[in-house]
Amino acid sequence: MTWTRDRVERAVLGVLRPVVIVFFLVATLLPFYYMLMLSLRPIEDLLRRPDSLFPDLGGLTLSTYADVLRPVTEGGQGFLSLLGNSAVVASASVVVALAIAIPGAYAVSRLEFFGRRQVSSLFLVVYLFPSIVLAIPLFVMLTRMQLRGSLIGLVLVYIAQTVPVAIYMLKNYFETIPPSVEEAGLVDGLSRVGVIRRISLPLALPSVIATGIFVFMIAWNEFLFALLFLVERRDRWTVSLGLAQLSGSIEVSTTVLMAGSVVITLPIVLLFFLTERLLSQGLTSGAEKG
Amino acid sequence: MPSSQVPLRGRTVKQQDARTGLLLLTPTLVIVLAVVLVPLAWSVLIAFQRVRLIDVGRMGLFDRFTLDNFARVFASDVLWESLRTTVFYTAGSTFVAVSLGLIAALALRRPFPGRGFVRAAMLIPYVAPVVAVTFVWKVLLNPEFGIVNSWGKQLFGWDDPIAFLSQARGEITLFGLDVPVPTALLTVIAFEGWRYFPFAFLFLLARLSALPGDLEEAATVDGATPTQRFRHIVLPQLMPVIAVLVVLRTIWTFNEFDDIFLLTGGAAGTEVVSVRVYELLTVQRNVGAAAAQSVLLAAVLVVLLGAYLWLLRRREGAKP
Repeated sequence: MTWTRDRVERAVLGVLRPVVIVFFLVATLLPFYYMLMLSLRPIEDLLRRPDSLFPDLGGLTLSTYADVLRPVTEGGQGFLSLLGNSAVVASASVVVALAIAIPGAYAVSRLEFFGRRQVSSLFLVVYLFPSIVLAIPLFVMLTRMQLRGSLIGLVLVYIAQTVPVAIYMLKNYFETIPPSVEEAGLVDGLSRVGVIRRISLPLALPSVIATGIFVFMIAWNEFLFALLFLVERRDRWTVSLGLAQLSGSIEVSTTVLMAGSVVITLPIVLLFFLTERLLSQGLTSGAEKG
Repeated sequence: MPSSQVPLRGRTVKQQDARTGLLLLTPTLVIVLAVVLVPLAWSVLIAFQRVRLIDVGRMGLFDRFTLDNFARVFASDVLWESLRTTVFYTAGSTFVAVSLGLIAALALRRPFPGRGFVRAAMLIPYVAPVVAVTFVWKVLLNPEFGIVNSWGKQLFGWDDPIAFLSQARGEITLFGLDVPVPTALLTVIAFEGWRYFPFAFLFLLARLSALPGDLEEAATVDGATPTQRFRHIVLPQLMPVIAVLVVLRTIWTFNEFDDIFLLTGGAAGTEVVSVRVYELLTVQRNVGAAAAQSVLLAAVLVVLLGAYLWLLRRREGAKP
């Protein structure tokens, strides 16, 4: 047995690969484990033993969660109502964005019309365009329309931000439906809209759900516009904005805020795990073609 | 209409389709126009006007135009300082995120038990709410009770806790030399690498799984070692995806606001241009100057986008 370069490389890579995988797994999950663990510990325990990765099992507490969820009037941080705000904003964004994006995506993928290619580029540009550049004019506009401080203004902005991505994801899916299926419907006397409703939409349902969840996650996680529009109205804060505002103050203890972080993160991670395959496929379908 | 009494069937369907197509797309176009394009145009107007935050309610669309805002923005030392910071931050974050994504994708290329779970788990930093993950990082790195500093003191014998997010300049001792390092900026870059490597990983893994295996098998038969196969066969085929990822990450990082604002608030040598725009708007309450600064940012972005579209077109042209 001689140690050729090939053998050495294979041996080294054979060892390296599991090491790399474990490293990445620890690096991605450790902060989330830390979040969960701190949320269950009393603050005194954290200050006494900052280095421990494992909480004292007897000392676990759920009072942090009660604290963060309870209304402000009862001495809590009012996260329950902030969660309600976020849920309303995100759900409204999903419903309207899908209602707009489904016909749009169908048109871009199936129908030949003047300016179709330009429209696709326009959406790409809008998708890539950064929020901070839009933040100032939108701030001014909504102030003048007296929509600043209202959840409607925020939903409008989220719809505009998510419709282009939604169209991109749905378009990829509509393109995989064989045209012959739709033509059969047209021959049978359905109108285009009838074809979309009766044939294409049911076939595309999984990807419509994945797209809806993606929009929900974007709206739920968004921070900048919530900060600009809602900061003066504590009763209308989204839950992300609430956590950001409170984490700046020294009055709320870290473990309570950790409970808040868990409460924000959990719905998103659950939704993500439920639809992970669909989402990844929807997003990367362009990449596989090279 | 006599000529259309016996219409060519295909043609009318086509015309109908064209009309339906535009009709179906109208809601999208209206909202994109109202909430993206019109505001952008307005932003350019505001950049040439004197507008303070208190005037917003009664300003006119075409009030007197002036170059003051740009003069003010260009004259400030802070602009060049923050542009330098932004460029360093963008280049560093993009490099770290794409490299980590590539390493992770290569490690997960071949199936093993639990691969599906590992793959999904590695995407969590990217989908989790930014406010929550920045908060956890702030606590992890906290000098008083953060676990990184308390382990650093125990395991590596650090004398003092490191203020990762509030120290502009630190020193590390390498071979007896004290090398100055921008601590907070590097920490923020590490965070970006952590948060955005999943994005690169997802796309690279998708491309890797779609690569045809025959070339590599042939190379193996010819005696190419694993690193040679990677260098000469796999990497060239990944290059187009890597190029697109680099451009996308550059565009997004260049304008990133949330992450830095939430981690450091722009302090300790991390004031990037987008955070400065926010400060001009809310702290200095100078809407005009903020708009001028953001228009400048948009101009840089348009150049980057142009490069991206050009790259995309060239790629499509190269396809058979």
